[in-house]
Amino acid sequence: MYVAVKGGERAIDNAHAWLAEERRGDPGVAELSVDQIREQLRLAVNRVMAEGSLYDPDLAALAIKQARGDLIEAVFLIRAYRTTLPRLGHSRPVDSAAMACIRRISATFKDAPGGQVLGPTFDYTHRLLDFKLLAEGAVPAAPASAATPGPVPHITGFLNRDGMIETDAPDETTPPDLTREPMELPASRQLRLQALTRGDEGFVLSMAYSTQRGYGRTHAFVGELRIGTVAVEMDIPELGFAVEIGEVELTECETVNQFKGSKSEPPQFTRGYGLVFGQSERKAIAMSLVDRALRWKELGEDFNGAPAQDEEFVLMHADNIQATGFLEHIKLPHYVDFQAELELVRRMRAEAMQMQEAAE
Amino acid sequence: MSNPASTAVGDTAARRDWMGLLARARPDQLAVLMPETPAHAFLRPPEVGAVMVRGRVGATGAPFNLGEMTITRCTLRLECGAVGHAHVQGRDKAHATRAAIIDALMQTDAAADLRARVLDPLARAETDRRQARAEKAAATKVEFFTMVRGEDK
Repeated sequence: MYVAVKGGERAIDNAHAWLAEERRGDPGVAELSVDQIREQLRLAVNRVMAEGSLYDPDLAALAIKQARGDLIEAVFLIRAYRTTLPRLGHSRPVDSAAMACIRRISATFKDAPGGQVLGPTFDYTHRLLDFKLLAEGAVPAAPASAATPGPVPHITGFLNRDGMIETDAPDETTPPDLTREPMELPASRQLRLQALTRGDEGFVLSMAYSTQRGYGRTHAFVGELRIGTVAVEMDIPELGFAVEIGEVELTECETVNQFKGSKSEPPQFTRGYGLVFGQSERKAIAMSLVDRALRWKELGEDFNGAPAQDEEFVLMHADNIQATGFLEHIKLPHYVDFQAELELVRRMRAEAMQMQEAAE
Repeated sequence: MSNPASTAVGDTAARRDWMGLLARARPDQLAVLMPETPAHAFLRPPEVGAVMVRGRVGATGAPFNLGEMTITRCTLRLECGAVGHAHVQGRDKAHATRAAIIDALMQTDAAADLRARVLDPLARAETDRRQARAEKAAATKVEFFTMVRGEDK
């Protein structure tokens, strides 16, 4: 139990003043601007937007600066800010088939119609530290080739021509929203996807990795991974039609998994799905593996007791703000609580010693 | 839109186009293209809020909540009586105000001038940006060849 304490105002003020000074670091080194963070630490900005569950690169960059680069603290700041915003509505579901892709790869079809596009990737780099980055210098422009911007079809769509893969039928039900109602279990797939897309990247990654190592094995192939921008459209009641209110960058991953069939379904491939704000492909792949592992009941598969199959375990522990809130509160004053514990242990010790003496 | 008669309010497709273009525009670029803000009265002053962005399960199935994005909306009336709406991405109230003014003006005789002076340059900048990204992406297009492995011989 936490019992409120009073006092310490001066110490707290001084601690915060020192925090501000430490945040600034050596005044002899140029101060980092929010624009620099937004442009040059973009993947950190993407992660804060995804886990903060608010797409606004400027705010995410500000949060990273304020949090001194502690990304979970930055996510916390974004989550706190978003609670102050009025909800002006919801968008139409974004159309990822119409994405302007900068990256699109498939591990299942080398001749994917539309081609494999690597985009700005770390893949195939040698992971050697580049000491040239120690010096400031202009970067040569990336090569360009003739192109016509336009939508590229989903690769899994080609598998579906022969009914080889399950389809997700269009459906217009209003999805549950865990930012509005407490999460209820068992959760629908929509609710699970919302929890996973805002979940901690490290947690979702580890859960996905555990399925690859055999804890709830689903043997996934990356059918398609794509990164690009999509338009966001919203119905505006006072206008009577939908307008584009902006565009967001997303990473989408569709995994393809073997499925031996069930009473109602013939043997076919099944899917796992990942969709994340920004350029966040590790998270999107991990999300689709965990999504697939959590579908065991719906697909009539065995529950092996694997953590990644356990909806309650995954969904209740994926959120790093809930986790860090509960974890970090134990460092705050628990003096009254601890006094009671101290009293209890003293009494038990005294009793135990008395019994020992009596026995001797 | 050279013919002012075709700028009737009923021309929904054209209006959707310019509203989308204005929503996606960079606020600083819009301010350069349209430094002046004609007199207006707010029917709904600029308001910053969040919109829940939805995706679809497996890209084609039921909608799910992906996360929110910031937007700013406003509605205003010009002295001539034309009413303009704006829903723009981000938290810039001047952006939303300018977008709503342009939306209102596009329903007046000023439409042709405004299209040439503001909307066309915005659209060109956006097309150029998208084209440049598509061309860089195209330069990273690969052909993977499946090699015969030693043990398969």
